[in-house]
Amino acid sequence: MKIVYTDVLVIGGGLAGLRLAIGAKRRGHEALILSLVPPKRSHSAAAQGGMQASLANVIKGQGDNEDVHFEDTVRGSDWGADQKVVRMFVNTAPKAVRELAAWGVPWSRVRKGDRQVVINGQKVTITERDAAQGLIAQRDFGGTKKWRTCYVSDGTGHAMLQTMSDQAIGAAIPVHERTEAIALIHDAGRCYGAIVRNLITGELVAYVAKATAIASGGAGRVYRVTSNAVICEGIGSALALETGIATLGNMEAVQFHPTTIFPAGILVTEGCRGDGGLLKDVDGHRFMPDYEPEKKELASRDVVSRRMEEHIAKGKGAKNRFGEHLWLDITLLGEQHIKHSLREVYEICNYFLGVDPVKDWIPVRPAQHYTMGGVRTNHTGESPTLKGLFAAGEASCWDMHGFNRLGGNSVAETVVAGMIVSEYIADFCDRIENDIDIPTSLVHEFLRREQAKVDTLLGGHGTEDASAIKARMQDVMTAKVGIFRRGADLQAAVDELQQLLVKSRNIGLHDRSRGANPELVTAYRVQKMLKVALCIAYGALTRTESRGAHYRQDFPRRDDVEWLKRTLAFWKGEGDTLPSLAWEALDIGAMELPPGWRGYGAKDYIDNPETPKRAAEIADLKTKMNGASRFALQQALMPYDELLPASFRGRNERIDEPLEATP
Amino acid sequence: MNDVTIKIIPAPTTVKAGAGAQSTAGPNGDAILRKLTISVLRYNPQEPSVAPHMQSYHLEEAVGMTLFIALNEIREKQDPSLQFDFVCRAGICGSCAMVINGRPTLACRTLTKNLGTEITLAPLPFFELIGDLSVNTGKWMRGMSERLRGWLHMKDPNPDLKRMEERMDPEVAEKIYELDRCIECGCCVAACGTARMRKDFVGAVGMNRVARFRLDPRDTRSDQDYYDVIGDDDGIFGCMSLLACDDVCPKDLPLATQIAFMRRKMVKMAWAK
Repeated sequence: MKIVYTDVLVIGGGLAGLRLAIGAKRRGHEALILSLVPPKRSHSAAAQGGMQASLANVIKGQGDNEDVHFEDTVRGSDWGADQKVVRMFVNTAPKAVRELAAWGVPWSRVRKGDRQVVINGQKVTITERDAAQGLIAQRDFGGTKKWRTCYVSDGTGHAMLQTMSDQAIGAAIPVHERTEAIALIHDAGRCYGAIVRNLITGELVAYVAKATAIASGGAGRVYRVTSNAVICEGIGSALALETGIATLGNMEAVQFHPTTIFPAGILVTEGCRGDGGLLKDVDGHRFMPDYEPEKKELASRDVVSRRMEEHIAKGKGAKNRFGEHLWLDITLLGEQHIKHSLREVYEICNYFLGVDPVKDWIPVRPAQHYTMGGVRTNHTGESPTLKGLFAAGEASCWDMHGFNRLGGNSVAETVVAGMIVSEYIADFCDRIENDIDIPTSLVHEFLRREQAKVDTLLGGHGTEDASAIKARMQDVMTAKVGIFRRGADLQAAVDELQQLLVKSRNIGLHDRSRGANPELVTAYRVQKMLKVALCIAYGALTRTESRGAHYRQDFPRRDDVEWLKRTLAFWKGEGDTLPSLAWEALDIGAMELPPGWRGYGAKDYIDNPETPKRAAEIADLKTKMNGASRFALQQALMPYDELLPASFRGRNERIDEPLEATP
Repeated sequence: MNDVTIKIIPAPTTVKAGAGAQSTAGPNGDAILRKLTISVLRYNPQEPSVAPHMQSYHLEEAVGMTLFIALNEIREKQDPSLQFDFVCRAGICGSCAMVINGRPTLACRTLTKNLGTEITLAPLPFFELIGDLSVNTGKWMRGMSERLRGWLHMKDPNPDLKRMEERMDPEVAEKIYELDRCIECGCCVAACGTARMRKDFVGAVGMNRVARFRLDPRDTRSDQDYYDVIGDDDGIFGCMSLLACDDVCPKDLPLATQIAFMRRKMVKMAWAK
């Protein structure tokens, strides 16, 4: 039996996992990363448009600060987010961008003076301040009041990942590439590491650690049509779920991105619309202002995606041999801008569509894009039910996105959560009582159990085809658990997914080799993916309201009386075919921003009687504190400072908000 | 609100977008779908008893088919044991570089319609073979980065994060990003003549990394430091200027210029000694 020991085992080598490992290492703990692929190939690299942080350097960002970012994020989440976590996030995001600037990210910078931009379809000249020269630039994104999205051309995620991965190499953090965690080792409510399969040799190895962190990204590939990379299969979430102890939060909250190229589903960044691109229909009509006069193309993603599908349903989609789609027109941005600031978009259109976006419109349609749900954690990133298990980034439900994530808040979360959670992991490892003393017999038992599962697949007499089950699951999810959801469809989806799960326990393989064996990988992964898919579909069936990206045609209103709560999914018995659900209420009385209209999308919702009470309390407090600083007011409304690690507390300097000379 | 005017603004491609939807959206135009033969160089080092051999697969071309789609179809329907790597399938992660009809490039964004009906695929040479079309570029890239100390060497590893960031000339930032666009796919090394002869050659990818940090005012290193890592025949002086790297780079990085520039700088260091 081979056992590898480390202090911190990080599952996933994307931005969140790398930052976790660097943070733990800086605090003196050995960290080791498991990654399916070389870290620089992680899906973080696909984030094109940017990272939100309220630096307020550009003139269109003037007046931006943590308060505005907080409100945008909470409204975007349709009040599903944990507001204290949002506060922790918005206060750390500027520090994260600045840390990355020091570590090597070549952020696009502000040039002082006049420049021409496109706003609401019109060319406008704006003038950047002299004081902003050379500082990090921001662009516009959906669902934001200010220009807040920091960027590196349209390769932001790529550039961030290069720097983060380079710094991990500089810190001599080992990355075991082409390895895959297939089960967590745990006993009596304590996580001790993972059983890991080497994807080249097929060998199973036990990794034992004081703290285990899941940073494996989202689960987009449970859908047929998704912008996600092929490795985003939700396996990290499934590992937590399969312990029967850790829970997944809000799995029904799935985001569909408005602009993926049709039909391949490859993302073209929200920056296209942020920089002034327009959505048009079969007649060349710009239709978004008809639906969303306030924010138009730049309403939140859930709203824009729904409006697009609604417009197609009205017969306004353009048609090609693959079906119906709409157009994204960025021609008005001009060749210079497209070839510099939207260069990846230019390449993608050119290679995959044979379209030149300088001259032609881009065929787009919404596709699955982001998993708001994930491993439920408390504000420290630790599972409230399984001690020693942490999660960060898209794999987690921390929960700063609620039912809809804003563009630019995901790469921001990876790094911010990586910073904050790594400090808490280090604190956890520092405490003597968290030293581990598990017997190797326990480790051996987990190893034997997992080896037996692999052996059954390789040597058994199953008859079901793994690829066929996976394809059917993806079709069911896309057809019945998509942008528009209905009870009958969701029930049908849950029923069929359960049947598929039963079938997946009887998979037979054509290829029985023990080493690299893609069919074997599909076989054991699809069993896990189906559990994740069932958490999504069953959660969506149970939630009889519409909130953020979860839209029920049969329950079109947001219901703050019944559903201002987070769904928790457990997988209790290995032979179960459905998760057990529980709910965690959100406390309006503690909210800094009580529920209301988002500023875009539906204005009709069922109000909770607690909401006006809390709103009155807040109004009262604001009157009493008239003249107090925004910091004092915030502190009075919803204190959160003590939730942050000490090293990340404190204000953020801006051109218009200088820090005092002495701290 | 003056959105009404939107209709009047002449969109340059309205006619084309409406009438020509089929040809703009379907990358395959109206071509008749063909029968393809994809021949793959197969070898699994885990099963050394089976000698390397070519294996042919036949499949029908589909509209907009890329090699990502074709290879997955083969694996799902014909041969579950076929090994290859894809991650982003959008041309941005660098996982899927392979030799396609004799030329290293990214498979995911290669449309079959741009190739003949007989397509030959082989793994990238030079890198450790994992099996069939899958090679261990990640392991090599990490080793290269460690040798070249390929990370920004910061002035202050603990900057005050509450303070405003250091300023940078916008043009310098753009130039750095230009070199930072490398996706470490390995095409440049696979196409390199020197790499054939020198197993420790750092390749264009390595020299480009060094050039990137040299350009970055935030990095504290001097030319002497860079000379220490690339000032030999496994580095800048090993390059024979065949420049296949520049030809095959899927990201169109200015590799020829960067190598020439770095060589001039490093020659200067050599003379100074």
